[in-house]
Amino acid sequence: MPVRVTTEPFDPGAETNAFLAAGQGAGAAVTFTGVVRSSPDDPVTSLTLECYPELAINQLEAILADATARFELLAATVIHRYGTLAPGEPIVQVMTLSPHRAAAFRGAEFLMDYLKTDAPFWKQESGPNGTVWVAPRDEDDTAKARWS
Amino acid sequence: MKILYFAWLRERLNRGEEHVSPPAEVATVSDLIDWLAARDEAFAHAVSKRSLIRAAVDARLVPHDAPIAGAGVVALFPPMTGG
Repeated sequence: MPVRVTTEPFDPGAETNAFLAAGQGAGAAVTFTGVVRSSPDDPVTSLTLECYPELAINQLEAILADATARFELLAATVIHRYGTLAPGEPIVQVMTLSPHRAAAFRGAEFLMDYLKTDAPFWKQESGPNGTVWVAPRDEDDTAKARWS
Repeated sequence: MKILYFAWLRERLNRGEEHVSPPAEVATVSDLIDWLAARDEAFAHAVSKRSLIRAAVDARLVPHDAPIAGAGVVALFPPMTGG
């Protein structure tokens, strides 16, 4: 299943292995995993992602189709969790497969840059000072704009 | 027509969804936001910065000038922060 939007935890290594097994002989595979961040300067006790699943699936499928065509990927997958997650838990994983590494790397970056701003998830961080909605970052719009 | 709200818009309105029957002259997403704002002060306040409101019609992301004729579900929400 190339797009999966789920409240269930996923195992990044098992997902990577399954993706590799399905793409034997392709040449290059890239996996990116986004995990819940917490640092001593900015401690986070939990991260809750709200989601609009029907729209998320439509948007992620469209972004995957764009990336596949643009970088001539042999395969690509996006897994995105929602619900309440603890620091260190995987939030998102994108995987790309292509004959050579450049397209696999660029395809994975393109997928991440687009899904940050175009997939309907909203992050809410809880920490020692309470709970706040995460503000959109200008850097994310800039990252996406470089592909157009 | 069902309206869905997400994230801080849902919190400020104190509801995740509602059913409304706008008149036929409410033709676009933008018209719908105006119409909802005219009947609800809390809504008007929450959407006062229109550039912070995104919309989807029947689970497709659309601009504010998109038509809503025949739509079953319109969703309104703030900029997305996934990944």
